[in-house]
Amino acid sequence: MRIPCPICGPRDSREFTYRGAALDRPAPDAGADAWEDYVHLRDNPAGPTLDLWYHHAGCASWLKVSRNTVTHEITGAVLAGAEDKA
Amino acid sequence: MRFSALRILKEGLTGNRGWTPHWRSPEPKSEYDIIIVGGGGHGLATAYYLARTHGLTNIAVLEKGYIGGGNVGRNTTIVRANYNLPGNSEFYSHALKLWEGLSEDLNYNVMHSQRGVINLFHSDGQRDYAVRRANSMIIQGDDAIVLDKAGVRKMLPYLDHDNARFPIYGGLYHPRGGTARHDAVAWGFARGADMRGVDLIQNCEVTGIDIEHGRVTGVQTTRGPIRAKKIGLATAGRSGQTAAMAGLRLPIESSILQAFVTEGLKPVIDNVVTFGMGHFYISQSDKGGLVFGGDLDFYASYAARGNLPMMEHVMEAGMALMPMIGKAKLLRSWGGIMDMTPDGSPIIDFSPVGGLYLNCGWCYGGFKATPGSGHTFAHLIATDTPHPAAARLRLDRFATGHGLMDEEGTGSQHNLH
Repeated sequence: MRIPCPICGPRDSREFTYRGAALDRPAPDAGADAWEDYVHLRDNPAGPTLDLWYHHAGCASWLKVSRNTVTHEITGAVLAGAEDKA
Repeated sequence: MRFSALRILKEGLTGNRGWTPHWRSPEPKSEYDIIIVGGGGHGLATAYYLARTHGLTNIAVLEKGYIGGGNVGRNTTIVRANYNLPGNSEFYSHALKLWEGLSEDLNYNVMHSQRGVINLFHSDGQRDYAVRRANSMIIQGDDAIVLDKAGVRKMLPYLDHDNARFPIYGGLYHPRGGTARHDAVAWGFARGADMRGVDLIQNCEVTGIDIEHGRVTGVQTTRGPIRAKKIGLATAGRSGQTAAMAGLRLPIESSILQAFVTEGLKPVIDNVVTFGMGHFYISQSDKGGLVFGGDLDFYASYAARGNLPMMEHVMEAGMALMPMIGKAKLLRSWGGIMDMTPDGSPIIDFSPVGGLYLNCGWCYGGFKATPGSGHTFAHLIATDTPHPAAARLRLDRFATGHGLMDEEGTGSQHNLH
């Protein structure tokens, strides 16, 4: 798999560390149920998904990668948090 | 039809014309007492023990593909009970005892071979842990022997004992561990369940779970609706999708685990050997192929095939441990879809929906669990009380933090196991 890093260009997935599903972190006081949901429960989709990868052997950015869990196809990657700033 | 030496002799002398199919292919009825979703090892074993132990036979096993075509046919066939933590320890001990009588019980040769499992260690700290784990196993009533350097050298002379990075300090030897023939396990349980009246429905995908007033009433399938009072999900690898049909989200992420087999060789590896530092384990099948595997590919996947980086890593680990296998030609590789839980341990429990039972989260450990999983899951479904050997495999342990079974000690978090 090659991941199109917005900073470094397309790079071998071996340069990246996988973190898991890209989820919105609840507020600190959101309550136990919201945190249980965030920490443990997963949609675990078979198909398109968004997950977080860390470019440890490159620019050290966190990326939000659009990927298909059935075909391993990667359709895009953006810097994590970029859409929040836009 | 019972198998016996006499029967084989008779059939051999009469042209093998008397053998019949191992199970029927019935049309689904409109209603059953119990539906098991998933015709893999665990689902078939559950149906078998429901019939055999609890006398319940108005049961259907619904399989979207064919019997034994999922993870029970995509593993490395290792059977062991060498766990450290309460919960896993008594559960896998229970499973191993069932394995030991399984061929006789099923009247079907599952080729259970107790050739011994050896977990190598490479430092003083790892030796301390191996001793502690051996004590846990012995306290549980199972068997464990801690081998020193010379002991491993005598048993496994072909290893690279003086590897510069991971010199071998010894091994945790579990003599009752070993392997079994994966297909025979699926077929044996299928035949045993069918003989007792269970309907095995293949090519029947469950597309919906019907719930009224918080209780299940049946399922929608590609072969029409079927009603049932109780439904057991045994769909590891796809548990997230089947549970979603009942409106549930599970603490599970599916990942891919690859395994490999070489061309057939003369006997070279007598036991199951694991090399934890390289994430590598190996045994030799009865046909002579070296069967080995490594770690997860470490990203969520349903592809049932892995990628080359992990394949390369596994080959490197194998070469570091036993350079003699370098000339063997790799024949096949495959991937199984693993239900990964945050703590790396399974779930057999009630679900929040009435009449719906969960058997999921098997991580890397599903095959060795097969009879134990079926036996305890059948107990849960039949009696509505957890079996003592599986009482700690609870769904709510992640929310409460009580009774987590984090064997690797890495933390109860997705992507760490």
